Amino acid sequence: MKSDRIPEVLTAMSRKISEKKDFLTDLDNAIGDGDHGINMARGFAAVESRLPEFEGKDIGYILKTTGMTLVSVVAGSAGPLYGTAFMKAGMVMNGKNEMTADDFIECLNAAIDGVMMRGKAVQGEKTMLDAMIPARDAIVSAVKDGRNFPEAVKAGVEAAREGVEYTKTIIATKGRAAYVGERSLGHQDPGATSFTYLLETISEAL
Amino acid sequence: MKKIINEVDRVEEQMISGMLKAAPDYIRKLECGNVLVRNKKKEGKVALISGGGSGHEPFAAGYIGSGMLDGVAAGAVYTSPAADQIYEGIKAVSAGRGVLMIIMNYTGDIMNFDMAAEMAQMEGIEVDRVIVNDDVAVDGSLYTTGRRGVAGTVLTAKIAGAMAEAGAELSEVKAAAEKVIANVRTMGVAINPSTIPASGKPGFVLEEDEMEVGIGIHGEPGVYKAKTGTADEISDVLLEKILADIDYSGSEVAVLVNGCGGTPLMELYIVNNHVHDVLESKGIKVYKTLVGNYMTSIEQEGFSITLLKLDDQLKKLLDAPADTMAYKSF
Repeated sequence: MKSDRIPEVLTAMSRKISEKKDFLTDLDNAIGDGDHGINMARGFAAVESRLPEFEGKDIGYILKTTGMTLVSVVAGSAGPLYGTAFMKAGMVMNGKNEMTADDFIECLNAAIDGVMMRGKAVQGEKTMLDAMIPARDAIVSAVKDGRNFPEAVKAGVEAAREGVEYTKTIIATKGRAAYVGERSLGHQDPGATSFTYLLETISEAL
Repeated sequence: MKKIINEVDRVEEQMISGMLKAAPDYIRKLECGNVLVRNKKKEGKVALISGGGSGHEPFAAGYIGSGMLDGVAAGAVYTSPAADQIYEGIKAVSAGRGVLMIIMNYTGDIMNFDMAAEMAQMEGIEVDRVIVNDDVAVDGSLYTTGRRGVAGTVLTAKIAGAMAEAGAELSEVKAAAEKVIANVRTMGVAINPSTIPASGKPGFVLEEDEMEVGIGIHGEPGVYKAKTGTADEISDVLLEKILADIDYSGSEVAVLVNGCGGTPLMELYIVNNHVHDVLESKGIKVYKTLVGNYMTSIEQEGFSITLLKLDDQLKKLLDAPADTMAYKSF
């Protein structure tokens, strides 16, 4: 994927999040504080408003600026987490104008490390990591099996969706959902869900 | 949703403009966003910064002033302020002797305050933090996120603020705050939810005879639902858990009966009446009592009870002067 396609993907992300805003907020209402959709939609709308600045810029610059915008505008928990994820991915893509499947895996690795560091969380705690890590793993093995970039990301989306289903079966131990304890059972994690939407838009663009 | 607001998107901004017009002697706003600082900066002291989502008024901006906070970053309703805003706040309040961040124990707040501290430290500003986690409803050992910071944060700001105002070092101010955190416990209950303006939906739904026990301050569901009871019965549920958490026997305490925003003072005083009776029957002496809306959850109906176990130092700091919009001590 070339750098001039990235703004298109960011626009699609913004559209998808805005479409799913109420659903994400409802998910968050059930186990958290009911603002995930609202905050994400506000953040991606701000990213969309910065797209003209991205013309002629490399992918690293675009992702880093997107990350900083999310930190600043989304705020809450999703701001620092998604912001860190995009900024870390941006560092991987520094100076690059094209993203290959291998680059994308490196981006996901950096993003996952960033989210784990910032959120002090691991897999299995009912967080976005429960979608991110299986998605990354599925993409890695798809690439190993010789599948191309779009097919690999498609496999990643499937794994992310399964990860979202998995979050229904576990009790939250991180984030505000941890406070409702066992009452978080049966509910899917809003962060894992929003990550899956973002990955879906990437998959659709490839 | 029935609310006295204008546009949903401008709730925070218009509230802050209204606060500034109400208390120009106490607070001013930074250009960068919803960051408020003392109108008259005091140089040469340890600076205290706090904040969190909006919707908890008068927390936190209402506690800016002499003897309490120096600055506050206010996020959207129930949403942590962004790291870059907190960073601007830290830079503005820094008066050469370090900055103490008073953070409530929520994942988002901690991440944003920590990112802000990292940015400020890169500029050579000394920043330290305390994390308030006074909510006994959440079992800290089971859930690794630990207990939430709730109304006890107000007492933490009061006592750390008094220490800083008296000219203490950053480490001493932090130690005083940590002492409060070690000795303060809170539990809350709600009988009706709050609705985030931007969401338009209540945080939970209750039947006429139900309550949420063990709520936080973000309109979220509590630890469990239960049948409501009399004021005394509900207070007993909260007190039982608080009193079992640390040994208050024979000690002196400060009591904070805090309203969630939608509960009348009449009911809070009814609660306070029983709290005093129960404490007296257990040989716990009430040194100071605060009753009112100190840490709210927009229009939520409910209350929390906070007990702070006191020693001579904490008593002195609690009695020290404070002059802010929402907390005055003379």
